Amino acid sequence: MTAEQIIFYIATGFILVSALMVVTTRNLIHAALWLVATLFGVAVVYATLDASFLAVVQVVVYIGAIAIMFVFAVMLTKRNLLDHVPQTNANWPWAAGIAALVGAGLLYTASQLTTFGAQRPALSGDSLMNLGKALVSPDAFVLPFEAASILLLAALVGAVYLVNKR
Amino acid sequence: MNFWTDPIHVIYQGLMQTFTGWGMAADVAGIIINLLGIVLMITAIMVLDIFLVWIERKVVARFQDRLGPNRVGPWGIFQPFPDIIKLVLKEDITPAGADKWVFNLAPILSLASVIFLWAVVPLASRIYGVDLNVALLYLVASGSIGTLSIIMAGWSSNNKYALVGAYRMVANMVSYEVPLAASLLIPTILSGSMSLTNIVNQQAHGVWFFLVSPLGALLFLVAAIAELGRSPFDLNEGESEIVAGFHIEYTGMKFGLFYAGELLHAFTFGGFVAALFFGGWHGPWAEAYPLLGAFYFIAKAMFGYWLIMWIKYTVPRIRIDHMLAFNWKFLTPLAFALLIVTALAHRFLMDFPAWVYVPGMFLSNVLVAWATLEILRGNARRERLAAEAH
Repeated sequence: MTAEQIIFYIATGFILVSALMVVTTRNLIHAALWLVATLFGVAVVYATLDASFLAVVQVVVYIGAIAIMFVFAVMLTKRNLLDHVPQTNANWPWAAGIAALVGAGLLYTASQLTTFGAQRPALSGDSLMNLGKALVSPDAFVLPFEAASILLLAALVGAVYLVNKR
Repeated sequence: MNFWTDPIHVIYQGLMQTFTGWGMAADVAGIIINLLGIVLMITAIMVLDIFLVWIERKVVARFQDRLGPNRVGPWGIFQPFPDIIKLVLKEDITPAGADKWVFNLAPILSLASVIFLWAVVPLASRIYGVDLNVALLYLVASGSIGTLSIIMAGWSSNNKYALVGAYRMVANMVSYEVPLAASLLIPTILSGSMSLTNIVNQQAHGVWFFLVSPLGALLFLVAAIAELGRSPFDLNEGESEIVAGFHIEYTGMKFGLFYAGELLHAFTFGGFVAALFFGGWHGPWAEAYPLLGAFYFIAKAMFGYWLIMWIKYTVPRIRIDHMLAFNWKFLTPLAFALLIVTALAHRFLMDFPAWVYVPGMFLSNVLVAWATLEILRGNARRERLAAEAH
């Protein structure tokens, strides 16, 4: 087992456990913190795949945003942030069955791929430079990139319109 | 290759020979040596941090026309040790209503978010942790972990003052992240890279980015001070309003971790000012002798730290609405305007020789500053006329 595999197994185990904790813990703040742990684990996986930009952006965007979510969670919920209602309803066996089926299907599909279990090919060139060029290149992702920026601009204008009294 | 031209490599080779001589596999030895390097680096930073306590107290004393600590050792230089012994011996209290795990995790994360930064800081030409190609984004990322640690501390203390203090601090840090990120993009444009090593190497020929973008350096300094939560942006504290803010419930060494993190954070941002705008480790003979380069870097970082202290102990605290208005209505638009001007001017001037490029870029910054002042003056005049018309 290589060092990379060891890191991968530790990181994925960490992601799964903390993701489970997000949905099972009753304390909303603890759920938010376990979500931070989950997203951090995802960032570790990105880093092992040579996607350093995505790994760091994962931390900036998601963990930075969780701090804000934290603030809203504290402001908008009851005092002790504990819910005493049952966490599941009568349909949970169906949901678990469908989830298990989808998971098994995904695993089966992945195992049928010819590249399953193969060594990851080494990246050529500066991946950050390639990503930057792809985002503004007409043959690649310039259209989705610009569409996303128009969406964000619309959100910004909407926010200003909502709070403007005049 | 000898010790004076490439110290890290020589030490690495020496340890490698020793470990493999003991019958250890080469890759295991490599991991152990890297771990040793990390531990050594963190220890060195923490020892430096101890002396930062003394420096901070001595400098504030001079600014306030006092002597400062002067009893323990020559010039009071051993004063931090009694301070630390006091902090360690104090009772370690976790409030009964506190959320224990989150409460104890917060100070660790707070200090860790600062120590993370030293992984990417190039101390000298061949002395650095890692040459990360997204180092500047990494700076912002560890800042968001710092924000998280503060809200964790504020919430888990189960204290209204702590929560209000944490809210203020988060409002401060989140909003000043925008001009901080925009001003980090200026050295990125000038050097064409987000790697700190590359940014420092681009300033090799005496053209420090401070000369090319003085306004960018100033913006970075202001945004960095706000990110640190130091005066004039120290809204997290306020004896008459919220007492000590988010760390009100922390005692002993847990408070010590916050305190050490704050001092080290200020010094680290001094180091970033040095690396981004003042040529990093560059200086006479620094290329050939990396240890000299490390000395230059620490000296420049100390200068940046001194600037931050100078501002802290000179300028009074500003009001919270002024703080937010200053960020969103002044600093952020200015940072983006400067970013656009810098990008255009750099593209037009990049093919010219240095004696055209540097004055040209400098002039573009002066123009932006002048235009800003004119707009501010116009606004002030309009407000005054409106007030007089009433």
